[in-house]
Amino acid sequence: MLQKTGEKYLKEGVLPHMWCSGCGIGVMLGALLRSFEELGYAKNEVVVVTGIGCTGKADDYLVTNALHTTHGRALAFATGIKAVRPELKIVALMGDGDSVTIGGNHFIHAARRNIDVTAIVNNNFNYGMTGGQASGTTPGGKLSSTTLYGNPEDDFDISALACTAGANYVARTTIAHGWEMQQLIKEALTKKGFSLVEVLSPCPTNYGKRNKMGEPLDMLRWLRKNCVPSDAYAKLGEAEKEGSFIIGKLCERDKPDFNTRYAEIQEKAMSV
Amino acid sequence: MSKVERKVRLIQGNEAIAAGAVYAGAGFYAGYPITPSSEIMNDAARLMPRVGGIFVQMEDEIGSIAAVVGASLGGAKAFTATSGPGFSLMQENLGVAVMGEVPCVLINVQRSGPSTGLATKPGQADIMQVRWGRHGDQTIIALCPGSVPECFLLTVKAFNLSEKFRVPVVLVTDEVIAHARQNFAIPEPGEIPLVERKSPAGPPEKYRPFDAEEDGVAPLAAYGGEYVFHISSSMHGPDGYSNNNPDNAIWRIKQLHEKIEMHRDEIVMTNTYDTDDMDVLLVACGATTGASRAAALEARRNGIRAGVLHLVTIWPFPDREVKELAGRVKKVVVPEMNYAGQVAGEVQKVIGPDTELTRVNKYNGQIITPRDILEVL
Repeated sequence: MLQKTGEKYLKEGVLPHMWCSGCGIGVMLGALLRSFEELGYAKNEVVVVTGIGCTGKADDYLVTNALHTTHGRALAFATGIKAVRPELKIVALMGDGDSVTIGGNHFIHAARRNIDVTAIVNNNFNYGMTGGQASGTTPGGKLSSTTLYGNPEDDFDISALACTAGANYVARTTIAHGWEMQQLIKEALTKKGFSLVEVLSPCPTNYGKRNKMGEPLDMLRWLRKNCVPSDAYAKLGEAEKEGSFIIGKLCERDKPDFNTRYAEIQEKAMSV
Repeated sequence: MSKVERKVRLIQGNEAIAAGAVYAGAGFYAGYPITPSSEIMNDAARLMPRVGGIFVQMEDEIGSIAAVVGASLGGAKAFTATSGPGFSLMQENLGVAVMGEVPCVLINVQRSGPSTGLATKPGQADIMQVRWGRHGDQTIIALCPGSVPECFLLTVKAFNLSEKFRVPVVLVTDEVIAHARQNFAIPEPGEIPLVERKSPAGPPEKYRPFDAEEDGVAPLAAYGGEYVFHISSSMHGPDGYSNNNPDNAIWRIKQLHEKIEMHRDEIVMTNTYDTDDMDVLLVACGATTGASRAAALEARRNGIRAGVLHLVTIWPFPDREVKELAGRVKKVVVPEMNYAGQVAGEVQKVIGPDTELTRVNKYNGQIITPRDILEVL
């Protein structure tokens, strides 16, 4: 069988991309585009919404519809598009700073509202674009350019946050799990309601370098070693659980999405 | 215009705005509650689903204007309303609408500040924030109704201008106008012409969303149609993709300004009252319009020939109109509900530093009365 490359969604002449050696964003974008192709999406039925940061640069490589917005607000823009264009596939591509640090409020409310948007979050544990500052997902004690002596704050569990807030679908994966990542992205794209795929991703240039994983492969090895499916995670001892991540599908529901419920509101309002 | 029997009823300023938006064909509202604009939101929540539109109560004002921009790019006429603190929060994404040339309407019901200020009381201290609130080089169209009927009519106008020129338009009112009630008969459908944005017509593969035509405005497609396109808050070329070339930045910044400058006379609107024989000119906008007209009428009873210029469009500033009228009088008076004289400063700029200007400033959260103005005539 011929492998899908996703190339038809990629703008001609833009490669090589601007991301650093060892960065995970290109790998994540590749998985997304292959997913589009496997699902048979036409370019005009997809809108990719981005914010600001390394991941926020992704739209410049695409020939689908795109809206490049402000820092942290991609999901709010995406909400407006989806509300009036329910037939479109809306994807918000964000980093950890974008989605759950500056944009945390929109993130939890998009999940609560259950708007039919797929959020794909490249979580590389820091602000890469501005030089490796701590974000809302930098683990406690870890080093960054603004936590030189160790991070005094703990990190958000992005996936748990989305699940608690009401998302219909939540999965966590990593750049080191390419095939699984693509399957989860496809599942998220086809799931009605708010869906999230959290992609743990290396940032050797900033996060890795400061946390003894400076070579491009170091963070990939770290992700492979510390990310386990939920059944394997359950068998870990308490000490091993600390610092490990559960990967795979974490949460799934079938609540009606915002547009479905709003169509009922329209019907009621018109009959008054 | 043919005579149409219309039902006159007592209507509130905010209510007139929501009704005006529906009349203009609005299909999307996103907002966050804030006094004294909340009635617009409540009405939008009631009316949008009745006309097949969508109402979303967002998590904050930042998200509200973002959703409005998104919905507009999905092809809907979209609007939001806010006040004081909420208007401050909307500035960044209002900038996206400027940069991305996305039609939308934002209503700012001015209240007393700074900060939370006198939250339920009127003010007119956002005049400069409307013009300059966003960072970077940009321009804006802002309309300022002086009565309840104008709340309706200028809301329709705001949508028309925003669609025609692919720009956000700010409707600037104040707590006095917002909560005033006046008789008004809502026009029948078709009585006021409605403007729709220009759609692209050429082959989809050639479409570039920032290729301005002769009128300075590029056609705008809607997501989901046959035209696939990119809109960006970053500096971009005609195709909507990032472009850091200095020459491109010059083209872009100029185009954003020029499309408004070249249609200046169509955008700038003023009303004049008793200005033919006047010796004293009162320059007013919003709530000071009624007070100025009452003061001018009373002054005439006392032998002072006063006239009123109502700045219907506040941005771009009606400089030529002010200059022409101010050149005919002995005295120019600018009453406004702020300390610094934000409108007076613009008027002074037009008439020159050596011409005396009389300012009436009230900033205690109370309306300027005709008596306040009469005192300086």
